[in-house]
Amino acid sequence: MLERYALIGLFAFAAVTFPIVPLILAFLFRPKKPTRLKQSTYECGIEIQNEAPEAESIWVQFRVQYYIYAILFVVFDIEVVFVYPWAVATNQMSAFWVIEMAIFMLILVGALAYAWRKNLLEWV
Amino acid sequence: MDIFSFIFNPFVGLYNLIRDGLTQLLLAAGVPADTTRLIVFFIMGLLVVTVVLILAPVMMMYITLLERKVVARMQDRVGPNRVGPLGLLQPIADMIKFMVKEDIVPEGVDRPVHLLAPIIAVVPVVMSFAIIQFGVGMGAVDLNLGLLFLLAMGSVATISVFMAGFGSHNKFALIGGMRAAAQIISYEIPQILAVAVPVLLAGSISLSQVIQAQSGAFGLGWFFWYIPVGPIAFFVYLLAATAEINRVPFDLPEAESELVAGYHTEYSGMKFGLFYLAEFLNTFLISAIGASIFFGGWQGPFVQQIPALGILYFFGKTILLIIVQLWFRGALPRIRVDQLMNFGWKRLVPITLALILFTAAFLWFYRGVLLFLKGYGG
Repeated sequence: MLERYALIGLFAFAAVTFPIVPLILAFLFRPKKPTRLKQSTYECGIEIQNEAPEAESIWVQFRVQYYIYAILFVVFDIEVVFVYPWAVATNQMSAFWVIEMAIFMLILVGALAYAWRKNLLEWV
Repeated sequence: MDIFSFIFNPFVGLYNLIRDGLTQLLLAAGVPADTTRLIVFFIMGLLVVTVVLILAPVMMMYITLLERKVVARMQDRVGPNRVGPLGLLQPIADMIKFMVKEDIVPEGVDRPVHLLAPIIAVVPVVMSFAIIQFGVGMGAVDLNLGLLFLLAMGSVATISVFMAGFGSHNKFALIGGMRAAAQIISYEIPQILAVAVPVLLAGSISLSQVIQAQSGAFGLGWFFWYIPVGPIAFFVYLLAATAEINRVPFDLPEAESELVAGYHTEYSGMKFGLFYLAEFLNTFLISAIGASIFFGGWQGPFVQQIPALGILYFFGKTILLIIVQLWFRGALPRIRVDQLMNFGWKRLVPITLALILFTAAFLWFYRGVLLFLKGYGG
């Protein structure tokens, strides 16, 4: 079994070199003629306007509820750590096996229902 | 070695032939048995990695051509047909063009982040190819945690997309990257939970064992046919996976009409090419996983007698699923961002949670009935 993970390690090494090779090849072949206009940030053709002159202007304010999704994601992602070992243990099937998961899911549904009720799932 | 078994399973046969030959050669040269085993293991590993790494870009190139051809037909056009016969050399021309295009790095970008983002987009996809079973016994690595590994690799994409948006020093890229991150993490949950259904039915996380569990005459053992859970889990998986890789109709992060090109607005040349590569490799990957866990992978008629057929079955099913995704692109308009989040959290997540419980209860009930009948029969 350890040998297989050694192969995964080999794959990881190869996977890192895989995108670097075309980048190096392209570096050798491509033209390099930077001009100031070419290198300006993509916009509608004018310089970026600074609303707050001291701040760098590309930073937009993003809705704070965005982070609620991240927190909910963590709640459900950790669940997977429990669901997958449970799903594999089908040889120990019993009423307890089903009810255990039902209780666990109820807790999760509670979290989802709370977020739903509080209108946190609305992307405005 | 039996000549027929070689003809019926040429790739595995060739692999065994090279491995045995190498072992014999090294032993004959007087290398100790332990060292021989290590060297042979390393060389064969390199060989497999090389084959997969050559196969992956070729497949990606021809999926781009397939997409352009199929979508062109849906839109009553012909598609690329100038470069080579039937346009078959078009992907190679595209690749050369990516190579010789100037790489414009705008002022003010965060250079290391800007450079690393496309590399990180490609790495997890290529690593996922280690797990895929291309035919009977033709996976590079038969990991016992295969599906979990695939899901873990799939979630690394969020980081690359966010890095691209964050490092680009551009409002469009930033908003696109934020949206993409929210979308990918939202749809990862239904995807993971939908994959748990075949895992439940097979009782294993290993991809090869999930495929093995789907044997049966005329494809009746495919998990897709476990009505009602199979089809529902498959459609949830397909939708969530399509959203996960930002394809139409879920391509909001790069919504052209509002965000220019989303997180890769400021990318050009080969760096953009790498994002493109990752996107199409991902398309292949999710179709391959879908074909493996719901449609039996390499399972098909006569596959026990002639294992080489397994490769044809696997690629046939995978390409059909890819065409379904292209059909999405030809048929559906892009949905709105609030619709997207609502659909993910308020529909797909509750459905998949209920689905897992239902599957478990059904399995338990079914087993109880079987036990009861056995006891009743004597």
